[in-house]
Amino acid sequence: MSTTETGNSSTTESAVSGLDYEETQLTLAPPGGSRSELERKRGFSEGLGLSLETKDFLSGSSDEPPISGAGEPSAAKAQVVGWPPVRSFRRNVLKSCTYVKVAVDGTPYLRKVDLEAYAGYQQLLTALEEMFTCFTARNYPNERRLVDPVNGTEYVPTYEDKDGDWMLIGDVPWKMFVASCKRLRLMKSSEAVDLGCITAR
Amino acid sequence: MTYFPEEVVEHIFDFVGSHRDRNTVSTVCKAWYQVERLSRRTVFVGNCYAIGPERVMARFPGINSLSVKGKPHFADFNLVPYDWGGFALPWIVAAARLCPGLEELRLKRMVVTDDGLELLARSFPNFKSLVLISCEGFSTDGLAAIATYCRGLRELDLQENEVEDHGCQWLSFFPDSCTSLVSLNFGCLKGEVNGGALERLVARCPNLRSLKLSPAVSVESLNKILARASHLVDLGTGSFAVDHRTDVYHTLMNSFPKFKSLRNLSGFWDASPCCLRAVYPVCTSLTVLNLSYAPAIQGDDLIKIICLCFKLQKLWVLDSIGDKGLAVVASTCKELQELRVFPCDIYGAGTTSVTEEGLLAVSSGCPKLNSLLYFCYQMTNAALITVAKNCPHFTRFRLCILDPGKPDPVTNQPLDEGFGAIVRSCKNIRRLSLSGRLTDQVFLYIGMYAERLEMLSIAFAGDSDKGMIYVLNGCKNLRKLEIRDCPFGDIALLKNVAKYETMRSLWMSSCDVTLGGCKALAAKMPRLNVEIINENEETYEFEENLSDRHKLEKIYVYRTVAGPRNDAPDFVWTL
Repeated sequence: MSTTETGNSSTTESAVSGLDYEETQLTLAPPGGSRSELERKRGFSEGLGLSLETKDFLSGSSDEPPISGAGEPSAAKAQVVGWPPVRSFRRNVLKSCTYVKVAVDGTPYLRKVDLEAYAGYQQLLTALEEMFTCFTARNYPNERRLVDPVNGTEYVPTYEDKDGDWMLIGDVPWKMFVASCKRLRLMKSSEAVDLGCITAR
Repeated sequence: MTYFPEEVVEHIFDFVGSHRDRNTVSTVCKAWYQVERLSRRTVFVGNCYAIGPERVMARFPGINSLSVKGKPHFADFNLVPYDWGGFALPWIVAAARLCPGLEELRLKRMVVTDDGLELLARSFPNFKSLVLISCEGFSTDGLAAIATYCRGLRELDLQENEVEDHGCQWLSFFPDSCTSLVSLNFGCLKGEVNGGALERLVARCPNLRSLKLSPAVSVESLNKILARASHLVDLGTGSFAVDHRTDVYHTLMNSFPKFKSLRNLSGFWDASPCCLRAVYPVCTSLTVLNLSYAPAIQGDDLIKIICLCFKLQKLWVLDSIGDKGLAVVASTCKELQELRVFPCDIYGAGTTSVTEEGLLAVSSGCPKLNSLLYFCYQMTNAALITVAKNCPHFTRFRLCILDPGKPDPVTNQPLDEGFGAIVRSCKNIRRLSLSGRLTDQVFLYIGMYAERLEMLSIAFAGDSDKGMIYVLNGCKNLRKLEIRDCPFGDIALLKNVAKYETMRSLWMSSCDVTLGGCKALAAKMPRLNVEIINENEETYEFEENLSDRHKLEKIYVYRTVAGPRNDAPDFVWTL
């Protein structure tokens, strides 16, 4: 077992244990194997106060070493095992990261929908229609719009994808949409022309 | 007192209720010990490995109520490996033999099996109440056994357990003669539910006061149940989302006004804002409201319901309530004692939902607030100092800043002063969880001021061993200390070893304690179990050859009169 110390500022080993060990103690474990992971962890937590102040830890950059030694699969984000301290039961119930906000231009409505609850665009639009009870759907050949019968305003369902771009709903395969959609916005048709992907009617 | 006949002493002890007081009374003299142990009816075992079940029951043969806890608290956050232990069966087996009059069993964080449940169901003719919290290892078959054999069952309360689904028929196993249910909670079940069996069960239990349904119970079913159970005090809905254009929806809207006794509402698993309106008629009498499993309800809808709840004492919500919503809580809920704000977006990219502003508002608007669990993105010292001034009555204060080690965003300082103000002001604080950037200074404050503190949870905090030492030397009433990812090592671990015998347990993970340090601790304190949890397969096969300098990933230290446990898995090594 390697006894090399990394440069972390935690207590030096010999002072801590109060025991004198030969530096050359032999073990059967692979050299530096499990230690380095722990030390990386220590180093990371040491560095937390300094390097993470301006970062949003949870969105994390992929540079950060994975914290967990317990074999937790690391996604693109670095996630700390057991953090935030939320019970598994609650985590599982709220697992739907596919809840996205739905905003409607010109109104104070703000709702959330669980995209995974729908099998496809048709169901989603039906749900949006139900949600904003005043709207009725109007089908155009390649797209769908929602109409407010009170004032005749037409709304086009759009979404913001993970890149921050606003796109028309329906252009990409459903599953791709679910994976990339961050939020929905029922945009007034007049404004949606600027999206460049529909023609004014 | 020795001249009093035993019956008189026993009668006096009837008025000594709390476990702690009874424990104290039993140490006065042998006579009192005898009287106390024979008259004790309820026993609470905080750590199932601190003592063997037979010994408990030999000392207290007359108990009819037993409560046992198993895994360490951090098991809730997946820090304890799956098969670490905490088995309920030995307790059930011993009770079956030694305490056949058992009426109530309460288990938390334990592994319960279907066999155990069946043995339980068959062994205690007077059994009345089973409460399982955060347990696992059993299925709906075990529940069927309880339903079948527990005649006169009054309470079946399943909170947040992992239950394997073997079908929905378990409810049908309650015989037609079962009419005694007062409380039924199966909210944690994932599988389908036999609606008809449930409706009939509710209909024939006139004393039913508390009913909490799982997400699989449809709104249709709920409507039928509500029609037959208008005396409910405590309701957890099942599914709570239907198309507003349906008859089911209209029936739901008309179901609640007749509930004169309803005080607690929860469930709302998939609640939609439309359906939430159904409960408005009962809001003004609610004392407990749990909307923390309803991610589709946004801030504005939460505000609409909260501004009706002026008698609310306990509120659990998601952080989608926002600071704005918390301001409404502050101005409406003047009776509020407990507030829990959970994160909606656990893995997400930080949609700012609640900050120190929300907490400030509640602290100034709700003078009776004494229990807090608050997940937020940031906190300032100034806010904490003001909260401490506004609310000196906190008994439980748990703050979780989601970004580990995040300092005060305004001053860039650690949050030592803020938490310091909390412990200085809140003299009765019993439970505290820290977060954010913290140095050893906060622990100095805690050691100095938190005299009544019983449980302390620390993560990503501190600079050196001094931090942990301040706490161990200071907090006289400390019972549970759990630490993760802190730079505390052997010096801290070994500084005050006698302390651990006055505590229930110590958990340390991802800290700097070494094998050598733990060996030293175990050698000095034979009445502690020093457990090393080593999930790294490469090293536990070679445990004899591990250097004493080897840093340990997870240790769990607890006092015990039972010696090292004999059910430890391979990866747990008791020194």
